[in-house]
Amino acid sequence: MIRTPLRPLARILSARQRGENPDVIERENLARRNEGLRDKARRRAEARLLFLGMSFLLVFGTIGVRMGVMAASQPVEPTNAAPGAEIVAQRADITDRNGRVLATNMLTHALYAQPRIMVDPAGVAQKLAVIFPDLDAATLERRFTDGRSFLWIKRVLSPEQMQAVHEIGDPGLLFGPREVRLYPNGRLAAHVLGGASFGAEGVDSAEVIGTAGVEKMMDARLRDPAQAGTPLALSIDLTVQATVQEVLDTGMSMMNAKGAAAILMDVNTGEVLAMVSLPDFDPNDRPNLPTEGDPSDSPLFNRGLQGVYELGSTFKIFAAAQAMELGLMNAETMVDANAPMRWGRHLIKEFQGKNYGPLLSVTDVIVKSSNVGTAHIALLIGGTRQQAFYRSLGFFDPTPIELVEAAGAKPLIPARWPEIVTITTSYGHGMSASPLHLASAYATIANGGIKVSPTILRRTEPMTGPRILSEEVSRASVDMLRQVVTRGTASLGEVPGYAVAGKTGTADKPRRTGGYYDDKVINTFAAVFPANDPQYVLTVTLDEPVETSGPEPRRTAGWTSVPVAAEIIRRTAPLLGLRPQVESLPMDGLTAVRN
Amino acid sequence: MRSFLYVLSALGVLALAFWAYRENYATQAALREVRSLQNDIASLREALTIQRAEWAYLNRPDRLRDLATINFDRLGLLPLMPEQFGHPQDVAYPSLGLPSVTQTFDVMGETEEPLP
Repeated sequence: MIRTPLRPLARILSARQRGENPDVIERENLARRNEGLRDKARRRAEARLLFLGMSFLLVFGTIGVRMGVMAASQPVEPTNAAPGAEIVAQRADITDRNGRVLATNMLTHALYAQPRIMVDPAGVAQKLAVIFPDLDAATLERRFTDGRSFLWIKRVLSPEQMQAVHEIGDPGLLFGPREVRLYPNGRLAAHVLGGASFGAEGVDSAEVIGTAGVEKMMDARLRDPAQAGTPLALSIDLTVQATVQEVLDTGMSMMNAKGAAAILMDVNTGEVLAMVSLPDFDPNDRPNLPTEGDPSDSPLFNRGLQGVYELGSTFKIFAAAQAMELGLMNAETMVDANAPMRWGRHLIKEFQGKNYGPLLSVTDVIVKSSNVGTAHIALLIGGTRQQAFYRSLGFFDPTPIELVEAAGAKPLIPARWPEIVTITTSYGHGMSASPLHLASAYATIANGGIKVSPTILRRTEPMTGPRILSEEVSRASVDMLRQVVTRGTASLGEVPGYAVAGKTGTADKPRRTGGYYDDKVINTFAAVFPANDPQYVLTVTLDEPVETSGPEPRRTAGWTSVPVAAEIIRRTAPLLGLRPQVESLPMDGLTAVRN
Repeated sequence: MRSFLYVLSALGVLALAFWAYRENYATQAALREVRSLQNDIASLREALTIQRAEWAYLNRPDRLRDLATINFDRLGLLPLMPEQFGHPQDVAYPSLGLPSVTQTFDVMGETEEPLP
């Protein structure tokens, strides 16, 4: 850059010669230079403003044009994209833990009519009544001719029926596609799956919504379009479930029971591998809710989950485990078991008025199922600590299992907790809980003392929970339960190879009017197997069983629930991959060797 | 020279127009094919769903149990029982087998040849 000098020598000299002030020249040049600088700065600012303005115009223009295009254009499905037809079903499948289908969808059609364009309403009504015997020709004809323009006739058609309707050939009969829920295994796991029905219906499609069980509980997940391609995996094992159902069904008819429930649970994860309640129903053709009678007699009633029963002597192990956990006693401590025991105006008796006393070890209290011994243990623990223990085992709240009925099955807990309640609840009377509560509590005892929260969904991560019992107490409790089977009330529960441990429970059924029935009982057997390394918990509950092979009818759990449970264990344990711990035949003295 | 360039560019425009015309129709044909393929895929998926449901229906445990009972004399299938678990020790040791009789020799010979 060429700088113009402020005092050019030639002009200064000539100005001096003329006698003028040379400073004027300097100021004039300075003013000119400043002017030049100012103009330059202004031009640069103008250019920047212009650039900024153009940029804003470009950006906003682009956005505006894009918005205009989006607002004005017709929505079209992108046809040249990669195959986007992933979503074929509006509702995800349900599978068991090994991926076998429990619920899927099938495309069928619904039949509707537009009487305005119908050619021969009377003839159509006649022919439809022939195809569908449950429709009445006269009623149909009246509805076709009373001036309405639209009318549903059948919600779901089989392909044969659809063909027959096609052959009527009337333009007023039209079909709308329908996805229906299909349960290929029929009655199997019906209570777990629940069922599904139609929600909002249109001509082109209809919503499928869950009505009960896991279908209703996980409705949002199953209908989520993002997860429609991934089936929902349950913790149920189809083969085990089928076996448990078969054996329980046979057992229920052999023991003349009017209902039965069985739950098989993994003690380490809380996964329910099988949950059977009998009588059951077909979820493909779900019966309506009963409007009269006892709802618990309906096949829809899930006895394992909704059946809130007094579970009887199966509770005794909780008193023993808590006493050991608190350090009050060990398995060999002798407790007072002198029956009958008087407490205020109540008399606590043993089964058939026996007396196991005067003293029994804690183990023998469990093995002989002594009410009086348990009552003394419970009194030593005290009501407050007992309540806290039951609460930590989950007996005071509904189970957190992912079935919609679970929230409604709240255990029945006495409002007040005087000492007589401490005594009766210690042997399972005076408070009611479901067999699923019992299975979870037994799983907690069997797995080393970590609280189990039951689930019907396959777990992908290991279960975590608070520790309730120490490992030693857990092992000692399972040992006691094992002795109940080897030398106690559950001797019919022995399964060679699978060291079964468990506790029986027999409770009289409460009358609706108050008091208890003399000859109606609920029999429960809660089992843990194998006892040396507990893996599974099985609870079997029979409703009003009676065993009639002996000279007089027998109604104790040891004669009814226990043999059924033993057969279930004998059949399912191999399916679960448990190797029996059988003493193998001694090898011959001579061993073949190759040299 | 300049007119040659004009003719050349006109021919170029013609060729490009022809190419664009062809591409337009080829694209439309491809889109039509994609649409029909997607319809095929959708109907095949539907068929797959039906077949999966049918597979599950035909393999339902109570049907298999009944079939195993009906065909017991041919198949001899029984429910899995604890006794069916074996131990490697229980497997019979494979027999060594006798050596084949190929090279015979007399134990009592008259010559003094060495034994093979």
